[in-house]
Amino acid sequence: MTVSTEVGTRLAAFAEAVGPTGPVAVVGGRTRWDLGGAPTEGTRLVTAPVGVVDYQPQEMTIRVGAGTTVADLNQVLADAGQRCALPDRGGTVGGALAVGQNDIDLLGRGRVRDAALQIDYISAEGRVVTAGGPTVKNVSGFNLPKALVGSLGTLGLFGEVILRTNPAPATVRWLHAERAEPLPVFEALLRPAAVLFDGQAVWVKLEGHTVDVDAESRALEALASFREVEGPPPLPPHRWSVTPADALRAATLPGQGERFVAAIGVGLLFADCPQPARPADLAARQVADRMKQLFDPSCRLNPGRRP
Amino acid sequence: MTDELEDELRRALPATQVRGSRIRRRRGSDAGRSRVRTDSAERALLRRDASVFDGGVAGPVCFPETAAEVQAIVRIANAHGRAIVPRGAGTGLAGGAIPLGAPIVIALTRMNRILEVDTINRVAWVEPGVINLDLSKYLRPMGYHFAPDPSSQQVCTIGGNLANNSGGPHCLAYGVTDTHIIATEVVLPSGDIVMLGGLDPEPDGLDLRGAFVGGEGTLGIATKIAVRLTKNPPAVRTLLLSFGHVADAANTVSAVIAAGIVPAAMEVMDQRITIAVENYVHAGYPIDAAAVLLAEVEGLEGGVQIDADRIGEIGRAHGATDVRLAASDRERALLWKGRKTAFGAIAQIKPDYYLHDTVVPRAKLAEVLAQVYEIADRHELLVMNVFHAGDGNLHPLLIFDGREPGVLDRVHEAGAEIVRASLAAGGVLSGEHGIGVEKQAYMSEQFSDDDLDHQNRLRQSFDPHCRSNPGKVIPMGHSCADIQALRRVPTGVWG
Ligand SMILES: Cc1cc2nc3c(=O)[nH]c(=O)nc-3n(C[C@H](O)[C@H](O)[C@H](O)COP(=O)(O)OP(=O)(O)OC[C@H]3O[C@@H](n4cnc5c(N)ncnc54)[C@H](O)[C@@H]3O)c2cc1C
Repeated sequence: MTVSTEVGTRLAAFAEAVGPTGPVAVVGGRTRWDLGGAPTEGTRLVTAPVGVVDYQPQEMTIRVGAGTTVADLNQVLADAGQRCALPDRGGTVGGALAVGQNDIDLLGRGRVRDAALQIDYISAEGRVVTAGGPTVKNVSGFNLPKALVGSLGTLGLFGEVILRTNPAPATVRWLHAERAEPLPVFEALLRPAAVLFDGQAVWVKLEGHTVDVDAESRALEALASFREVEGPPPLPPHRWSVTPADALRAATLPGQGERFVAAIGVGLLFADCPQPARPADLAARQVADRMKQLFDPSCRLNPGRRP
Repeated sequence: MTDELEDELRRALPATQVRGSRIRRRRGSDAGRSRVRTDSAERALLRRDASVFDGGVAGPVCFPETAAEVQAIVRIANAHGRAIVPRGAGTGLAGGAIPLGAPIVIALTRMNRILEVDTINRVAWVEPGVINLDLSKYLRPMGYHFAPDPSSQQVCTIGGNLANNSGGPHCLAYGVTDTHIIATEVVLPSGDIVMLGGLDPEPDGLDLRGAFVGGEGTLGIATKIAVRLTKNPPAVRTLLLSFGHVADAANTVSAVIAAGIVPAAMEVMDQRITIAVENYVHAGYPIDAAAVLLAEVEGLEGGVQIDADRIGEIGRAHGATDVRLAASDRERALLWKGRKTAFGAIAQIKPDYYLHDTVVPRAKLAEVLAQVYEIADRHELLVMNVFHAGDGNLHPLLIFDGREPGVLDRVHEAGAEIVRASLAAGGVLSGEHGIGVEKQAYMSEQFSDDDLDHQNRLRQSFDPHCRSNPGKVIPMGHSCADIQALRRVPTGVWG
């Protein structure tokens, strides 16, 4: 893990690699490469800067190259007793932000969209553009980072980002009950990091002060027979996004297949079959299309992809 | 103002009957009164917000009660080539709701119903004119609250909170308004109605919900908002720490975060404001301390006790002369009342104030505060500091008497220096009040031309013709057709 301070030069070099013309995409860990469609043939592939640029644990912020792997980022954070919202699926920080998918314990770790404080990206014109700001609180100008997270790199290519970090909890505990009602479990807890349900069994992730985790573990015993386990169950391959109410009745949702694991109180659902296409709000689509047109008129950034 | 425009608006908004509302409001007296006001008294009232900025000119003022009525107003405005400006309670401090260029003012205060509380989805659907505190009071007995708690929460609206991405003392642990907006129905400047976001965690497409939050009324009008419900914590501890130096209080704040504790709130008040507050509410604040730190931790009993003890220890290690734990709910409520009415308290001292809002890295708090005092001294102005120290959000309060000749110029110059000192320390222009007209001119000190150009593209995605709240946020030279949309650009907003 190299620690670099040549902020401007590395971004400038990345901007040069992206250039002002021709179809281009950033290649990260290729872990979610086909999401929203693979880039069209002939797309030039570039890689984003790698490494931690600046880390201030007491500010709860870290500045990293978008090409840094989430695993490396997590290691640096863990060494200082912190963590962030980005899920580690073998990919890069830029990739995790471009995809915008949350980890299953997002109630504890926060949402990916709330983690990106500042994004320095390369525009379709090949220019370095900064969205957001470096501090944990900031409403200076429009909320551009929000539009970028989850955009699959179709509005700009992420070079460097400042992420919000959080203290890691003192204790983390996964509990499992073969049979339990998910809603009473969820409601009995103040801030569970995750409550997962597969139609019969329930998994709970508790975190925080040891006394609090102990107290919540005891509260759960009144509801079902929970025992400590290593972690969550294996998740079926297809990710669904449904309302928390629908997650509770996941077994009755059409098309989810045989197995599912639902994140209670959140609405993430992992199933054997892909989620059927959802109806789009046409007026919202028009705004999104106009945004794409304004940010990338020649459609050179990640051509073929659509968030 | 054309009669035709007025007639069309009046037809779209017939005089109203009293409507059922879950939150009771004094609206009986409005029954039968026109909801389109063109009299000079009403228009004069809505020329300003809570900022020091002047220069607004309101066109017809409309009080819609439904999204369809908002849509009708927007379409009429478009047909007449008139701009619109949405308005909540008008408590904004950056001039965001000031009508520039005689636009049609769309006042959302009559859209104030709490439509649905859905605890399974942990969401409340509300109209934009619902008052922040009314919502939390309504939710409290159900075991929930709306986390953002601006000091103005007794009057400001959820729509205004959303548009300004507002903060509040308890946003340190819970995040600002953006984190708590799940979805919103919006009447776009074109007149189309869209739903942005959704109750599911990862809606398809770009996060237009997130892009809309903080749009300061320039991206359209929020007409129905799904806000996240936060569970009320079973245990709360409120600590009041006294210090002999402001820097000690600031350094304590940094040290608490460095120790891995993120309290629900950490607020600092300097001696001048503490005395004013104490005289005003008699909450038991120590008036001999150079600064006080109000720290609150919430959660489960055990952890809350541990964190409260740690904060006390850290405070003492950084020079706290006294650490007091609020002994009762009443004492706790009184302390918060003191903090939240700080701005009311200063009215006893001088008639006018200008509240600044910048953010600096926490580690730079003490250093920038010292500069703030120095700047105010040099401009012969009285400054008080009361701020969201936990997230480095400074709120220097310059207090003055506007009748004194030349004082506004000094306030202006001191303000500019405070903003620049914050930026030089690695901070940002605004932590929660937004840009409005107040900080437009400073935008290019934080952002490059390319950055501003891209922010303007975001704006144009929602509002290609710059008809919604023109003349705000993006500085003139960088914004789309704002200049055409403005009939009268205010000359010297300080007037
Ligand atoms: C004493 C005092 C204390 C304050 N304390 C805080 C604080 O602690 N934290 C904080 O963040 N702020 C604070 N503020 C500032 C202000 O209260 C907030 O910005 C608040 O959210 C504004 O709400 P409002 O209803 O008054 O909005 P307004 O002032 O009416 O409008 C604000 C902006 O929102 C737009 N807008 C309003 N409604 C809508 C809508 N439905 N759709 C789209 N755009 C809309 C307007 O066009 C305008 O640009 C304080 C203000 C005062 C006077």
